[in-house]
Amino acid sequence: MKVGLFVTCLVDLMRPNIGFAALRLLEAAGCDVVVPATQTCCGQPGYNSGDRIAAQALARKVVDEFDACEYIVVPSGSCSGMIRAHYPELFAELPEYRARAEAVAARTYELTDFLQNMVRLERVPGKVSGSVTYHDSCSGLREMGVKSQPRALLSKIPGLTIKEMQQPEQCCGFGGTFAVKYGDISSRIADLKCEDVQAAGADALVLGDLGCMLNIEGRLRRRNDNTPVLHVAEVLAGELPQD
Amino acid sequence: MQITSRDFKRVASRKLADPKLQKALGNAKGKLVVTRARSILELDNYEEIREASARVRDFGLQNMDVLLEEWERRAVAAGTIVHWVESGREVNAKVIEIARRHNVRKIIKSKSMLGEETNLNHELEAAGLDVRETDLGEYIIQQSGETPSHIIAPAVHKSRDDVADLFAEKHQRRRLTDIAALTHEAREILRPHFLDADMGISGANFLVAETGSTMIVTNEGNGRMTTTMPRVHVAITGVEKIIPTLEDVSMILRLLTRSATGQSISNYLSFTTGPKRPDDKDGPGEFHVIIVDAGRTKVLASDMREALRCIRCGACMNHCPVYQNIGGHAYGWVYPGPIGSILTPSYVGLENAIDLPNAATLCNQCGVVCPVKIPLPDLMRKLREKQVERGLRPWGERVGLRLWAWAAARPRIYSLLTRIGARIGRLAGGRAGLLHKLPPGGSGWTTGRDFPAPKGKTFRELYARERAGKRSGPQ
Repeated sequence: MKVGLFVTCLVDLMRPNIGFAALRLLEAAGCDVVVPATQTCCGQPGYNSGDRIAAQALARKVVDEFDACEYIVVPSGSCSGMIRAHYPELFAELPEYRARAEAVAARTYELTDFLQNMVRLERVPGKVSGSVTYHDSCSGLREMGVKSQPRALLSKIPGLTIKEMQQPEQCCGFGGTFAVKYGDISSRIADLKCEDVQAAGADALVLGDLGCMLNIEGRLRRRNDNTPVLHVAEVLAGELPQD
Repeated sequence: MQITSRDFKRVASRKLADPKLQKALGNAKGKLVVTRARSILELDNYEEIREASARVRDFGLQNMDVLLEEWERRAVAAGTIVHWVESGREVNAKVIEIARRHNVRKIIKSKSMLGEETNLNHELEAAGLDVRETDLGEYIIQQSGETPSHIIAPAVHKSRDDVADLFAEKHQRRRLTDIAALTHEAREILRPHFLDADMGISGANFLVAETGSTMIVTNEGNGRMTTTMPRVHVAITGVEKIIPTLEDVSMILRLLTRSATGQSISNYLSFTTGPKRPDDKDGPGEFHVIIVDAGRTKVLASDMREALRCIRCGACMNHCPVYQNIGGHAYGWVYPGPIGSILTPSYVGLENAIDLPNAATLCNQCGVVCPVKIPLPDLMRKLREKQVERGLRPWGERVGLRLWAWAAARPRIYSLLTRIGARIGRLAGGRAGLLHKLPPGGSGWTTGRDFPAPKGKTFRELYARERAGKRSGPQ
């Protein structure tokens, strides 16, 4: 099965080990993984800021790069959601690309959804013990239907338990450029998430989206809370961040 | 209502720093979310009703012309006097004209968001009329000289203590703090006004084409009294409220009350079909309905038309993480929260409400709970596109996005820039790996948060190195 890994721009720039973790997991599941070397960004920042032209330029590039892949897997709910849920609309006025974009969109999966439902990964390489709490990212949950998949995968790690928050589905307040444009509202929403994380009392917060990750981690640290914030791929692959 | 949406940012910051408001919002927040979720579970075919309700609303909107005429024919046949007006100002003028013709001095009013749009109370008072809001929340707001902060719970931003203080001052009575006692006090004060008012004003949740009725959904009974007790009644409503049949109403109601307050059904449903008939025990001697466009048909002709499906349940705001934390006033006009972020720019001008479509995380919690499936985040995104098209976004943001897209479309340049960025970020993050202050452009992030620093190398460079190592190393 030829799988194209789209690591996303935030993983590339901020947390490269998450890209490697995703790669190892796909390989562990027996996939033939290709990582197009020219990949950058899915176009979401432009799209959500109303700049269609900027978004289309990058989306065209993604379609060109991943066209040949049987599946496209993304370690992010929002970037996979951008491709799956929004590319067809984004290409509405570009008929020469539309069919290809729709085909790419239909073959795009969020990482845990792909591992759990498509390749049915049975043995998870990660070896961690303790407890984690899982934050459902908005796009993962509401655009990609990611809810049980990461939990099912995490529960395959012996010695790892999940302690749920009161409101794991509540938005963390990131919202892309919203976090910068409306920093004080965004921080307040993040603050409530931090309280929920703290109340859950788990050893670490696990999630599947870099935006939420930077946002919640940033607010936790400002609150002098050192709870580790981990991407689900890192935990599943046993590729924990090192400094 | 005066538009203050331009002040969104400033007001929102003030609201975040207001401990009393935060406490009131905190108290309200969980409740409506939980009660809605629980009552939705009573329906075993919620998604089907939701889909069908959206279709009914669309049908009504698409066939508005025919249905409104059908409605008018039946309404007139029942003795209703129908007025068609174009603007909010004409609504006010028409109400005043009717009041004058009937020598009205005192008016009782049940809740109408359209009335808030047209600033009706203010205009009536300016015309020398005594107007009393009778919905408890609206009554509180009228007494405190504020505007509603929620479309179904207008005083949700006020605490019990706020109301206790307000009533003690306005009613000149002993200060009560028990909610039931406060409600009783308001009822005592309002009762005589119900009895001696000359005119009642209500809005309409729906106009039922099949019967020529106006219909309101209420809980307190004030709506029933307002529509039946005074000798003249005037209902004011927008053209988009048209709905084909009673069957359709009963279907949508199953979602409206559940989405709004978590009730299976509201305490009152009042249909008004013409004035009092000879055998009726009560009802107004004259029944007027003023139907206004006030920007609706313009929205209908635009790509925002799905917003007109709205049945005013308030679920989108109850579930909005932004609304939950700043309340409704910051939005600066009649309709707050996600639906307001679409209706306000649509009705009062994109340039007068620049922040609203942007002040959302696009989490789509609103879209998920909307009983008529309005794609709220998609509409907000479209408004953002219109802002870009019309050059309404700040210069720095436009250039920044274009530069980003320009670089990200050029893998070699992008690779160089991200390598530099990852290294600088790593250095700046120090041992803790945190940036405490981002430069202008990103400083909004670090007012309330640290920014986790990059790790020093990009995935792409590490991956390229790994591949090269595998190729040259022993197999």
